[in-house]
Amino acid sequence: MQELVNRAKELLADGTVARVLGWKAGDLPYNPEPAYFETAEELDDFVYNGFCGANLSKYMIEASKLEGKTMVCLKPCDTYSFNQLIKEHRVDRDKAYIVGAGCKGKLDIEKIKKKGIKGIELIEGAELTDEADTLTIQTIYGNKTVAYADVMLERCHVCKGKEHMVYDELIGDSKETKDAERFDRVAEIEAMSPEEKFAFFQKELSKCIRCNACRNVCPACSCRKCVFDSTKFDSSQKANVDSFEEKMFHIIRAFHVAGRCTDCGECSRVCPQGIPLHLFNRKFIKDIDELYGEYQAGADTTSKAPLTNYTFEDAEPSIVGKRG
Amino acid sequence: MYKIAKENLSALFRLIAETRELYLPVKTAGQTNYAAWSEDAEVDLDTLKTVKSAKDAFFPQSEGLYTVKKEGKKISVEPEALKEQDFVVFGMKACDVKGLEVLDKVFLSDPVDTFYAARRDHGTIVAMACHEPEETCFCKVFGVDAAEPKSDAAVWTVGEELYWKALTEKGEALTESVKELLTDADEAAVETEKEAIHKIVEKLPYMNLSLEGWNGDALSEKFDSPIWEELYKPCLACGTCTFVCPTCQCYDIKDYSAGDKVSRYRCWDSCMYSDFTMMAHGNNRTSQMQRFRQRFMHKLVYYPANNDGMYSCVGCGRCVEKCPQALNIVKVIRAFQNQGGVK
Amino acid sequence: MSLEKKEFKPKIVAFCCNWCSYAGADLAGSSRLTYPADVKIIRVPCSCRVNPMFILRAFEKGADGVILCGCHPGDCHYSTGNFYARRRMTLLFSMLDYIGVENGRTRVEWVSAAEGVKFSETMNSFVEKIYSLGENVRLGDLRCKS
Repeated sequence: MQELVNRAKELLADGTVARVLGWKAGDLPYNPEPAYFETAEELDDFVYNGFCGANLSKYMIEASKLEGKTMVCLKPCDTYSFNQLIKEHRVDRDKAYIVGAGCKGKLDIEKIKKKGIKGIELIEGAELTDEADTLTIQTIYGNKTVAYADVMLERCHVCKGKEHMVYDELIGDSKETKDAERFDRVAEIEAMSPEEKFAFFQKELSKCIRCNACRNVCPACSCRKCVFDSTKFDSSQKANVDSFEEKMFHIIRAFHVAGRCTDCGECSRVCPQGIPLHLFNRKFIKDIDELYGEYQAGADTTSKAPLTNYTFEDAEPSIVGKRG
Repeated sequence: MYKIAKENLSALFRLIAETRELYLPVKTAGQTNYAAWSEDAEVDLDTLKTVKSAKDAFFPQSEGLYTVKKEGKKISVEPEALKEQDFVVFGMKACDVKGLEVLDKVFLSDPVDTFYAARRDHGTIVAMACHEPEETCFCKVFGVDAAEPKSDAAVWTVGEELYWKALTEKGEALTESVKELLTDADEAAVETEKEAIHKIVEKLPYMNLSLEGWNGDALSEKFDSPIWEELYKPCLACGTCTFVCPTCQCYDIKDYSAGDKVSRYRCWDSCMYSDFTMMAHGNNRTSQMQRFRQRFMHKLVYYPANNDGMYSCVGCGRCVEKCPQALNIVKVIRAFQNQGGVK
Repeated sequence: MSLEKKEFKPKIVAFCCNWCSYAGADLAGSSRLTYPADVKIIRVPCSCRVNPMFILRAFEKGADGVILCGCHPGDCHYSTGNFYARRRMTLLFSMLDYIGVENGRTRVEWVSAAEGVKFSETMNSFVEKIYSLGENVRLGDLRCKS
């Protein structure tokens, strides 16, 4: 972390960048927030640890409109989102000085709390430099320890790898934390009967409060005006008396980013109700991979996205009922 | 003072549900929210904070107002019925109960919101003292005692038993109807529990937050502060904070067309949304900074100005836990303090 | 609200492209070929004009089945529209299947302006399929049902 701060100070001092986009220490051990830093003094609050899960690439849309360059700290998986935004002309590559920050998997405070840990005062082991694989948590109800890997964000269990896709320089080492296959859960659901599938999604979506956090955090959801905010037709319903609207919202939200979603996992991270929203996105990714060839959005800035592409021999929609 | 063993709780819930609707914290797909009791519901009284507050029981996220039907050339209007059935909300915490006080001032003052008033009339609240308050709690700052909920009846968790005390007439009536399951108890155990809660509250990091300088008179000084420009930046403009809040009371009224009829309904709205209070001329607040400022100014300045200094935050800490980018009202209050925004 | 069992009369929405399938429907009509009156045709400029939201809205408002008809691949009036529509609909139908909506409530068929017979046959078989699936309860808004 100190390396990042030092480098940020240098870049600010020599005028390479006008501001730094990173994370500011929170008032609890686990709640750093995305923040801009413009002076060396402000950088005293800079923090980079296991709780810095937020993907900062979307903030670069706004930062691209500002005067001067912005130094932005991106984790390996965040760089896919950034690439995708470059491809869609939503960010200006020349306005960004990308520091690829090392990552050893990010933590999910919800998972820590689900383990019955409350009254948290101090968390040790969340620093990037820590080699320890356990977190020591001091609470007012006694000290607890948990394995780092047990309380990682879902997305880190299916880590895309430790390579940064786009960067100006790299600081810190990364570790691949993958210990599961990302399509396993999707395949499990596919194998269910229609009744089970419906019951599963109905139960999950019944929790939705239509807060739009999943949409607003998504780096691929960068429309200036979302179709769900349009007052011109009746999709602009905030919450509905009937449950249909939730299904509509989540199918269309995932559909609108199909072929563009890098599977960064922010939607599931931010959902206040813990809905596994990535299951929608991954279903589309899995189908795209199977039907139109493997495709990783954000791996490059030039390839044609699956839904703006076609071949004469593409599968017919009737394939849906025929696959196993 | 009465008590009941935890193992008898399902019998208690069954008995209450015989005569009244019963809402209580139920775990669905891993998350605990208030829901109607049923025989196979997974009741979860151990989770301190439900994701959404119990506000839904009195002011649902969406509710029908009336339906307009067209049959031939005849148009008929059918208003939605008011709540007529008695119901019980079990397990609310002291902060949530205080949250209702905030809502009361909005919905029960003239003109009275009849839908809300009917629910308040028919609802009986059995609140639970907070057995183990958490680091995100700051109810004390707003004068809430986590150990002493001001509801119709209160319960305290002591070991494997719940102690039960009726506090109002409604509470007495409910207690009378379930008396067969309660046994007499003395107050000593509860006093110890209260003391333990108070001790924990003293240790929590947010409990000593100072509200100095936040009041109805601070309007222009706070409104014009440059600090907002710094604070709002990470805000995603989602509605999480407003929807999990026990005191946010803004709603939107919408029409749903179902072909031969139109239902008018209302649903919670969020001041964080770009179409909040959208009018024919456009929007009142055109930037996210203004929308962000609105939420906190409303809670800490506008509301107290109109309600004898009462804040419309109760310190439940849900926004602290749920904000996707870790922003919250505590950080706002502190930022003003640290940067000299308090005079 | 009347809850007594009524005979099931499916509502079926058919999005037909202006250049091929709508003309195909015309031909079916002028050739006196029959297809069930349960099918309501919505004419669209091209099959790729159909937004996934159109399909979901149709179900919401009470449709029991939705079918999309366009020019045969390679014959699109706008050269490539139906290729895009094909990928979109494949993914959408797969998603609907994934969340538990009965497979078969949605279909895509390519019907040219000369295929009046195919149009009529397609509609007959689709309606038959919807009769066998029964009423759509998983993807509708209850307020549109009563």
